[in-house]
Amino acid sequence: MSQQVSVRIDGELCTAAEGQTIYEVAQANGRSIPALCHMEGLSSAGACRLCLVEVAGIGRLLPACTTPVNTGMSVTTESENLAHHRVMALELLFVERNHICSVCVSNGHCELQALAQKLGVTHVRYPYNYPRLSVDTSHPRFVLDHNRCILCSRCVRVCDEIEGAHVWDIAARGINSMLVSDLDRPWGESENCTSCGKCVQACPTGALVEKGRAVEEMTKRNVVVTTLAAKRDAHP
Amino acid sequence: MKKARLATLWLDGCSGCHMSLLDIDEAIIAVVQRADIVYGPLVDAQEFPVDVDVAIVEGAVSSQDDLEKIKRVRERSRILVALGDCAITGNVPSMRNRFLVKTILERVYVEGADAQKGIPTDGVPTLLKQAIPLQDVVKVDLHVPGCPPSASAILFVLNELLDGRIPDLGTKVRFG
Repeated sequence: MSQQVSVRIDGELCTAAEGQTIYEVAQANGRSIPALCHMEGLSSAGACRLCLVEVAGIGRLLPACTTPVNTGMSVTTESENLAHHRVMALELLFVERNHICSVCVSNGHCELQALAQKLGVTHVRYPYNYPRLSVDTSHPRFVLDHNRCILCSRCVRVCDEIEGAHVWDIAARGINSMLVSDLDRPWGESENCTSCGKCVQACPTGALVEKGRAVEEMTKRNVVVTTLAAKRDAHP
Repeated sequence: MKKARLATLWLDGCSGCHMSLLDIDEAIIAVVQRADIVYGPLVDAQEFPVDVDVAIVEGAVSSQDDLEKIKRVRERSRILVALGDCAITGNVPSMRNRFLVKTILERVYVEGADAQKGIPTDGVPTLLKQAIPLQDVVKVDLHVPGCPPSASAILFVLNELLDGRIPDLGTKVRFG
């Protein structure tokens, strides 16, 4: 049996199991920390930097989803400083690629768009990149639109950890990072893809979508992934 | 009490934001009892006037003409409101930003034309390299995102501004 640890979340004393992350403990104790790359049932990536929290005695912000709790730890999940950094992280996601919400198939059903609304982001203070990115339509049923990808890697993890096919990876580094299938072949030519569509359901934005959807028509069913993960007890 | 001077401007957008403004329906009567609409596509004035209290701007800055207009509007207005996603993010007009202007114009007016092939030069303003948000070139006092922003959000903004407050939009608006 795992050992119990005591931590303070926003001043409240909470009991947790050793090895649990700050995100898990905070959520179990009624806190809502914003996140885009986290998904219940999948391993943590620490990719989106939205779940940053303050830990007493540590001079920098830590991602709640990848930081395990320790006895005596004191965590702050809401502060002016955190709000400032979370909004900044969100704005940088918007400027990095071309998120044209108004003409996106996921308009109205997008986690990035919804989080901007929730955090009161009415504009972005940084210059937009407007990169030239491709759209992979080679798969018979699905589309990969790099313009909308935030590199959260949910698709990489769901394909590897739940489906067991490991079609997706993130290639290159930094601003050049790009989602690739089967070591950078068109998705439609992937030999490993089982066309199960779990990556599409896990994707928080309009980056991975079903073919034939018009603007606002693409709704995602995250529950498909979380239910499967729970049933398989893949990551208890 | 002196009536407020309200102006609207239509840059590189589809006029949908102005349509959404008109969608406040009869509430516009109450608005014009408190403010004079001194300039915009809905009124007849030819020149953007001086001494404007609130300027509401739809559309991205896409041409040399847009750039001159928005600078003049900024100089002559106390409060500048960016209305809608084009004015705030570049939105649909910015989808051309990853191509060269020359390439786009040739595609449309030469390759895409059945007759009179050639890029028009007379009476049309020069396009900027990119369609950009207002805040890239002028100070914006309030951003009201949406494509278009809802009529209720626009009415809320108008009433707050006419009451002398910069509205807190909170979660009333969103991109898209």
